[in-house]
Amino acid sequence: MIELKDIRKTYHARSGPVEVLRGLNLRVEKGDKVGIVGRNGAGKSTLIRLIGGIEQPSSGRITQTMRISWPLAFTGAFQGALTGIDNIRFICRVYGKPYDEVIDFVEDFSQLGRFLREPVKIYSSGMRARLAFAVSLMIDFDCYLIDEVVAVGDARFQARSHEELFEVRRDRAIILVSHDANYMRLHCDKAAVLEEGTLRHFQNVDDAVAYHSQRMLS
Amino acid sequence: MTRYGRHNIGFLWLFVEPMLFTLGITALWTIAGFHHGSNLPITAFALTGYSTVLLWRNMPNRCVGAIIPNSSLMYHRNVRVLDIFLSRIALEAIGATMSFVTLGLVFNFLELMGPPENALGVVQGWLLTAWFGAGFAMLLGALSEKSELVEKLWHPAAYLLFPLSGAAYLVDALPPDFQRAALWLPMVNGTEMVREGYFGSKIVAHYDMTYLITCNMVVTLFALALERIVSREFVPE
Repeated sequence: MIELKDIRKTYHARSGPVEVLRGLNLRVEKGDKVGIVGRNGAGKSTLIRLIGGIEQPSSGRITQTMRISWPLAFTGAFQGALTGIDNIRFICRVYGKPYDEVIDFVEDFSQLGRFLREPVKIYSSGMRARLAFAVSLMIDFDCYLIDEVVAVGDARFQARSHEELFEVRRDRAIILVSHDANYMRLHCDKAAVLEEGTLRHFQNVDDAVAYHSQRMLS
Repeated sequence: MTRYGRHNIGFLWLFVEPMLFTLGITALWTIAGFHHGSNLPITAFALTGYSTVLLWRNMPNRCVGAIIPNSSLMYHRNVRVLDIFLSRIALEAIGATMSFVTLGLVFNFLELMGPPENALGVVQGWLLTAWFGAGFAMLLGALSEKSELVEKLWHPAAYLLFPLSGAAYLVDALPPDFQRAALWLPMVNGTEMVREGYFGSKIVAHYDMTYLITCNMVVTLFALALERIVSREFVPE
């Protein structure tokens, strides 16, 4: 279970304080697949980063009883000067997981080949996302946070990701941020629209997507 | 690994680098016939003095601005600002200690200096100096996140503190007024303790252990408090 209660987050920008989240509530149970939509700058990534524990809310409380992944996004999570393999070792140690089997799995899954032995800073953002995705699958999180990285890799990679995440690990929770309405329809069973710093919850993804596109047009 | 790489001697640089520093200083002072106000063997004087400087100076050096290059690691909830500081501090402490011990053994073997009179006294002074360095490092590391000035000011400050720190003089050789002023600096107390352990009866050491421990506790307390604030506010890229 993850519960966010009355979350507020203010950033102190050069032009003054910006209140991104204003009293947001969210509850995610084991196995829930929650999609989050919102226009650019609505605070979707901020929300994901708060749930992932990268940043702390300015006020409000986050309670969690699940192992939550770090936000799988196009940036972060890796030390650029280290090779892919060294980063895998580091992450495994941080989460207390023996790394031999993880390295085998990642080598096979990420299709990074010899680049795994090159520094991560030379990777493209797609390669990083594939590495992050592959490593996180092996760490056995109860909840995966996915920020816009659903469309990485070729068709084969996507098919395997789908299988690993939604079939092999179908009991895990997922919180997904995406602009891709189709993907969300296929993979989420509920959704929420982030606007004006709070979440509007919908039991049905279609309703959320329809509401969101209507708001975008108005 | 990011610091030493896998090329040539790799992580051996961890203590070879401070050793080279100490060797250089020792050689310079020996050749120049450096006058330090007593008739102690210059090699032992330089080794005890300069190693102690490295101990309290390198830790802050490595902690100032330590967070930004590692900010992507904060993506993992188990990695905190404190972890980064502690790992860097541990590395520097190990490096400086290995360098001190190795050179001490080598110089002994070459009969450039004798063994310490009271090894436990040396260890005690060394540990207290390391504690001071660690607290000071965390304090400056956290402050450097709040203001870029810290990084700019630390380097000249460290440079100026070196001649003041007791590495190049014995407090006993100073006029009484200077003695009291010098002992306001925590690291002077630490250096004097190391020296007393090493030379024992040959010198008159001046230090106040209670003062040093109090300084350490105050610095550590402020450092940890500031670390809490910084880690709450820090926004990784």
